[in-house]
Amino acid sequence: MLSWMAWTWPTALVFIGIFSAIGVLTFLEIRQPGGDERKGVLGLTTTRGDRLFIALLGTSYIFLAWLGLVGQPVWWPLFISIGWGVFCFWKV
Amino acid sequence: MKTENNKGWFFVLPVLILVAFNALIPMMTVVNYSVQETFGDNVFFWQGLDWFEQILRSDRFHAALGRQFLFTFLILIIEIPLGIAIALAMPRKGFWVPVCLVTMALPMLIPWNVVGAMWNIFTLPDIGLLGYFFNHVLGIEYNMTQSPLAAWMTIVTMDVWHWTSLVVLLAYAGLVSIPDAYYQAAKIDGASNWSVFRYIQLPKMKNVLTIAILLRFMDSFNIYTEPFVLTGGGPGNSTTLLSIDLVKIALGQFDLGPAAAMSLIYFAITLLVSWLFYTLMTKDDLN
Repeated sequence: MLSWMAWTWPTALVFIGIFSAIGVLTFLEIRQPGGDERKGVLGLTTTRGDRLFIALLGTSYIFLAWLGLVGQPVWWPLFISIGWGVFCFWKV
Repeated sequence: MKTENNKGWFFVLPVLILVAFNALIPMMTVVNYSVQETFGDNVFFWQGLDWFEQILRSDRFHAALGRQFLFTFLILIIEIPLGIAIALAMPRKGFWVPVCLVTMALPMLIPWNVVGAMWNIFTLPDIGLLGYFFNHVLGIEYNMTQSPLAAWMTIVTMDVWHWTSLVVLLAYAGLVSIPDAYYQAAKIDGASNWSVFRYIQLPKMKNVLTIAILLRFMDSFNIYTEPFVLTGGGPGNSTTLLSIDLVKIALGQFDLGPAAAMSLIYFAITLLVSWLFYTLMTKDDLN
């Protein structure tokens, strides 16, 4: 039934990752409502969801920039993205 | 911990299902396509991130992206001030209000491909009203099928004609919501017209203008039908905007992998610009 979607394991894992992150945030929101709002180093008022969005958007640009300027393999942007994600949830 | 009634969320469920089917699932399919190669028949081969690398380094993509930004920049810089100016000039009460509003709304009611066809005929050098006027009355050579400049002027004018009304209507809605007390206070203080605009009208229009700019940015950045019908991307590639190039790759050449990678890059750009703009415009309100 889903063969037309041409699933691959790597892309499936990306989506599983994103949806589980949203799931975790939903769980946290139920446990601690209010979204843990704060003003971060970028001067933006962000909730947990905002920080996830900024982390994911930044990650896509880190990968695109690396692919355009350096090329494959993409281990370095992976590490940079993890760092960026940690930074987002820590400081932004 | 305070318990809240969250049953309202169930009412959002139909929308969620609809969005899942018309946006999320196709989007996920595009992500899957972007890392594979296919020759049809639903057979796919793993390609990794090659398409992204190829698209990001292709001159063709850079050129189309440049044209796209130029187009969006041009129409925003014309439509937003023009829309505000028209909204300021429109009457606030009386008989002429509905007349103005309906006249303004008319261009937006016309389907996009019809707008393209109309302007195509309108600008034909020998029989079109505008084309004939330029070529045979004013003696200025104007042929959008031959001159890139004429083609650009035509698509920009067409978009201004089609969508300035949206900015006008939104700005007008913002203007009529300003209470008279503000104007009276300005009058007592002896404020000039410019001060009234700068310190009363513009701040009060900020929210609707944010929406107007966002809508016009997203629409113009994703524009396809009108320039496709009008110029087909020509002459040469001079009006091949991103979406036109994308369709050429996806349907013309049937390169689904590169087209999928390109549409994801396209999506990332739209998303970032919209997010940046929205965040910067609403930053002061939140703090």
